Amino acid sequence: MTKLRNTQPALYWCGVALVAIALIALPLVLTLVGTAWVRITNLAILFTFLALGLNIVVGFAGLLDLGYIAFYAVGAYVYALLASPHFGLHLPFWIILPIGAFCACVAGALLGAPTLRLRGDYLAIVTLGFGEIVRILINNLSSPFNITNGPKGITRIDPLQIGSVEFYNSDTWLGILFTGPAKYYYILLLILMAVIVINLRLQQSRIGRAWVAIREDEVAAKSCGINTRNIKLLAFAMGASFGGIAGGMFSAIQGFVSPESFILQESIMVLSMVVLGGMGNVWGVIAGALLLSFVPELLRYTVQPAQQALFGRMLIDPEVLRMLIFGAALVLTMRFRPAGLWPESRHRQEFSGEHRT
Amino acid sequence: MSAAGPILEVRDLHVAYGGIVAVKGVSFEVANGETVCLIGANGAGKTTTLKALTRLLPARGTLHYDGQSLLQRPPHELIGAGMTLVPEGRGVFARLTVAENLNMGAYCRRDKVGITVDRERIFGLLPRLKERAKQVAGTLSGGEQQMLAIGRALMSRPRLLLLDEPSMGLAPMMVQKVFEVIRSVAAQGVTILLVEQNARLALSVAARGYVMESGRITLTDAAPALLANPKVREAYLGE
Repeated sequence: MTKLRNTQPALYWCGVALVAIALIALPLVLTLVGTAWVRITNLAILFTFLALGLNIVVGFAGLLDLGYIAFYAVGAYVYALLASPHFGLHLPFWIILPIGAFCACVAGALLGAPTLRLRGDYLAIVTLGFGEIVRILINNLSSPFNITNGPKGITRIDPLQIGSVEFYNSDTWLGILFTGPAKYYYILLLILMAVIVINLRLQQSRIGRAWVAIREDEVAAKSCGINTRNIKLLAFAMGASFGGIAGGMFSAIQGFVSPESFILQESIMVLSMVVLGGMGNVWGVIAGALLLSFVPELLRYTVQPAQQALFGRMLIDPEVLRMLIFGAALVLTMRFRPAGLWPESRHRQEFSGEHRT
Repeated sequence: MSAAGPILEVRDLHVAYGGIVAVKGVSFEVANGETVCLIGANGAGKTTTLKALTRLLPARGTLHYDGQSLLQRPPHELIGAGMTLVPEGRGVFARLTVAENLNMGAYCRRDKVGITVDRERIFGLLPRLKERAKQVAGTLSGGEQQMLAIGRALMSRPRLLLLDEPSMGLAPMMVQKVFEVIRSVAAQGVTILLVEQNARLALSVAARGYVMESGRITLTDAAPALLANPKVREAYLGE
């Protein structure tokens, strides 16, 4: 990419412009197909945030985290509590999102601090427990003081509002109809760009190098003078704050949160996105997140008509078949591309065994 | 550099793993510019002592580096103070290139020009590494990895270099080469504390030696005297 920019700048910038136009036009085109698809795209972007955040912990620093969705939950509930009739608070989103990110960041450090000496499977078990604790807390913090409203969740969360633009209804600008989800899409796209830039910069920074060192060999990292404790905590905290931002946006878009959005399966889903896409490579992780978000939805809409056309009737329940195909696709990908679809060069070496002599 | 007082002073060091005491009251010192070795059999507590020195293990006793107590300082600060460990089993970053490994050694330094100068100097000292600068460290031979580990430690500009079993698992030819490198590092004025099972080799580069047995120092003398000592000859030189 950088090579193309240097050798043929015109071609490079044309490419960039085309991608930009495509990204801007996408929700308008999808609206014509069905607003549902714009919503699906928005959720896919939210999951991309999550996958990029988890990639910091798992991909960069090599710390296996199975409870990542907890930070998404923290961000979502912070938004829900501060902008809904539940407490009668209606703070603007630009105050709540940073608060949510900060709370998730603190939660990340809280998880990181006691687990500093753990790695691999042991760390995975502790993080799994942490994720469950957060979910169960949310489920039960309804008495004696009603904080989270328990399993019923929190409803009527304020939608986003920037100036006079409200995000829950449609607007017609320049003769083009912009639905609510389409407007959210643009906000999410902007945040996504920022998140991608932050991730790429982090990877090339001194902190990024320290993460790689810790991932590769912790004792050697220490003997290079890396403060492994702080650098690991930083990975947890930064990863968590991305999750918190994603959670806040989720609350605003959905208008409703409940504990069942934050089950273990969601953590595993985000981890699958990171691993399938290619741990440590920002673009691979984005590809993994988009793929795992869209493919199940595509299957949802195609499995039933395909069966009708082939056999004239429904043989297998579409929901079952969908998950079956999805699972098989995961297994096959990991069989034939064990380092992920688009791995970071170092992870690729690990699986091809290049460095063994 | 004045030779006023030892650069490293260890008094009555105790280290325990859970209930098992591995180091039982060890005392020794290393003077500025000196090469000192700590020899002993497997399990004598040599590596444990080094780990305690570099704060990788909790310990009791007094540890003074450059006149200051080490016990309150976290491991990552030692490198800034000029004390660098080459860990046992080399501990290179296997999936990073040789050049990246060397840069990681300079993690605590901010002087870009100085880092480049030092890297070239280390390539001059270890030409094999220069040939393989872009190669992934895991593809190097054991000896080359040991050289890289030493080179990486030198990138932090240490005043005191702690070497943990540099001969471990290496072919005899390679061991000779690694020790030549250690000699030339010492000749450049770096103080070295060498922990080794290979007593003959260690005593050939060091000026003084300490013999460690089951967590205690049982003998200490100048290197030639230790090489001539019948007890050492019998127990560690296989005679």
